[in-house]
Amino acid sequence: MRTLATPVLAAALAFGSLDAAAQQTVNMPIVIELSGPGAVSGTNFRDGAVLAIEEINAKGGILKRKIVAPQSDTQSNAGISRAQVQKAIDSDPYVILGPVFSGSVMVNMVLCQQAEVPQITGAEAAGITQAGNPYIFRTSFGQQMSMPKIANYIRDGLKAKSVSVLWVNNDFGKGGRDTFVKEMAARNIKVVADVSTESGQVDFAADVVKLKGANADAIFVYTNEEESARFLREARKQGVDKPLIGETTLLGQKVIDLAGDAANGARGHVGLSADAPVPAVQAFKEKFVKRFGYVPDHNGIKGYTGVYAVKYATEKIGKFDRKLLAKTLHGLTITPKQEPGILMEASWDANGDIDRVSFLAEVVEGKQKIVQTLPKLGK
Amino acid sequence: MATGGIYALVAIGFVLLWQTSQTINFAQGEFVMLPAFFVLAAMKFGGLGFAPAMVAGFAAALIVLGVLFKRLVVDPVLRHGVLPLVISTIALSLLMKEGVKEFYAADAQPFPAAWATTSLRIGGAVVSVQNLVIIATAVVAVVALQYFLNRTRTGRQMQATAQNPELALALGIPVRRMIMLTFLINAALVAIASFLVSPIYLAKFTNGETLGLVAFIAAIVGGFNQVRGAIAGGLLLGLLDNFVAAYLSAQYRAALPLVLLIVVILVRPQGLLGRAEERTV
Repeated sequence: MRTLATPVLAAALAFGSLDAAAQQTVNMPIVIELSGPGAVSGTNFRDGAVLAIEEINAKGGILKRKIVAPQSDTQSNAGISRAQVQKAIDSDPYVILGPVFSGSVMVNMVLCQQAEVPQITGAEAAGITQAGNPYIFRTSFGQQMSMPKIANYIRDGLKAKSVSVLWVNNDFGKGGRDTFVKEMAARNIKVVADVSTESGQVDFAADVVKLKGANADAIFVYTNEEESARFLREARKQGVDKPLIGETTLLGQKVIDLAGDAANGARGHVGLSADAPVPAVQAFKEKFVKRFGYVPDHNGIKGYTGVYAVKYATEKIGKFDRKLLAKTLHGLTITPKQEPGILMEASWDANGDIDRVSFLAEVVEGKQKIVQTLPKLGK
Repeated sequence: MATGGIYALVAIGFVLLWQTSQTINFAQGEFVMLPAFFVLAAMKFGGLGFAPAMVAGFAAALIVLGVLFKRLVVDPVLRHGVLPLVISTIALSLLMKEGVKEFYAADAQPFPAAWATTSLRIGGAVVSVQNLVIIATAVVAVVALQYFLNRTRTGRQMQATAQNPELALALGIPVRRMIMLTFLINAALVAIASFLVSPIYLAKFTNGETLGLVAFIAAIVGGFNQVRGAIAGGLLLGLLDNFVAAYLSAQYRAALPLVLLIVVILVRPQGLLGRAEERTV
């Protein structure tokens, strides 16, 4: 008996210490696009989240528990993202961060809903928050929030009577295109060319020829970041002189870096921007550049604010309760005074959509320049 | 035309390798992708300026995609037959793609252009300087290659090696050197293609996927046993691809090369400009 006591006691101590270690941490897996067409978005989101996690852990974590955030790569593939989310769910997470690609989120959010795990996403397709899922939360505008703002700018700012649309043929692009076309119809602006492109497409020569032939007053570009850069280069090559209007995926810093001079003159609505004239956002940008060596795009802010939103809501509840977290986030408004990491006042509605100020921007000499700040829709 | 010029350069490489050494290189697309990353790595890690990095990248392409490919992949595997070599090149393409993704970057990288990125107005039409440079470079490369193959002693020796290696050896032609030269020429052609497309497509580890497939089809459509067939196939596919996408349907542009391949195989299997070959049983 004495010979058994020591190993049994050692095992009990080991398991006990493992359990104690788990109690000292909170599991928040990051399931994100680290390769494939979504690599730019996903890497930014991941790095923003990592920055927030490092800051929070340096101050003791959430409710004295350090955040542990294992990362997995969806490869920008919806099927793989589903498997990765399932794997993350099997590890008993508190919250899942990501993905960013709408197509992936549409496929994997069902798993989070079934497992009752809150999911913080940077995806923008309108349908994501219209499926009755109480566990999905955005840290970016949905298309149903951003497209009306763009449409107003095209009507009032550009005074355009006709527009061409170039969009990427995935859930993100199709959702945006459908919402945009509806907004154009509501404002009596004619869509004279409707050009779909493929995710990962490299050659835009034919698409630009089509757009030039349509001769619209403005061209609305709604593709992923890398494709936006390639399109801008091709448009410049072929001498397109109509206004190129887009959303954050056309005006982000990575797009500007990839497109070079060809990005100058592109304009549009940005829900989030690292160039926003907001001191907290500027401070975040500096910290991000110092930590990662590159300028973040809007996805970096999405990841960063998502983690801080979870932190604030959890501290408000006072315990780690997934269902209660989801319930608390619905209808919650967080101000920078309450939680500096949120950067700008943000509110979530009953569907998980976010509302906050946004911006009109233009690319000038290789930099995104904010030309106007737009108020929250709720104000 | 510019797109067709790129396809032609890559397709010529396919054909040359097949003719001289019975090598079907399914990593040809990745061969086009890689030289751009040699240049970027020389700039980022070697601290070189763009021009010296291009020279270094070109030299690295000749060594890695020419000499090392031949010595380390083709020579050991070819003695076991063509099929093992085909499978090896498929594995090599995966290795190269994943290697770049893992050790350099998974996202697209800007690649500087060595020419002006402006446009010219010629008779009311807008023509980009980039396209003119691509077409001119492709034409010069092809003309130089044709001159080399047909008008120089070494080129004629290469052709003799391609037609009948045993007889060429018996006549005192250094067959092994001729085959190595073919691999070096292929490496040079894919490096040129890489430097031409990367400023437009951006440098990314996935760039070789579509390009390799289309160039392979171009080589078959034009005629896999004729260099001029590869040129014709490349130009034809480039023109049709863009015309169909611009004026018919962009949704089906990816299907065009495959449809053309099926039609050619059914109607004229030796390719548009290829020679019918008989097989000894």
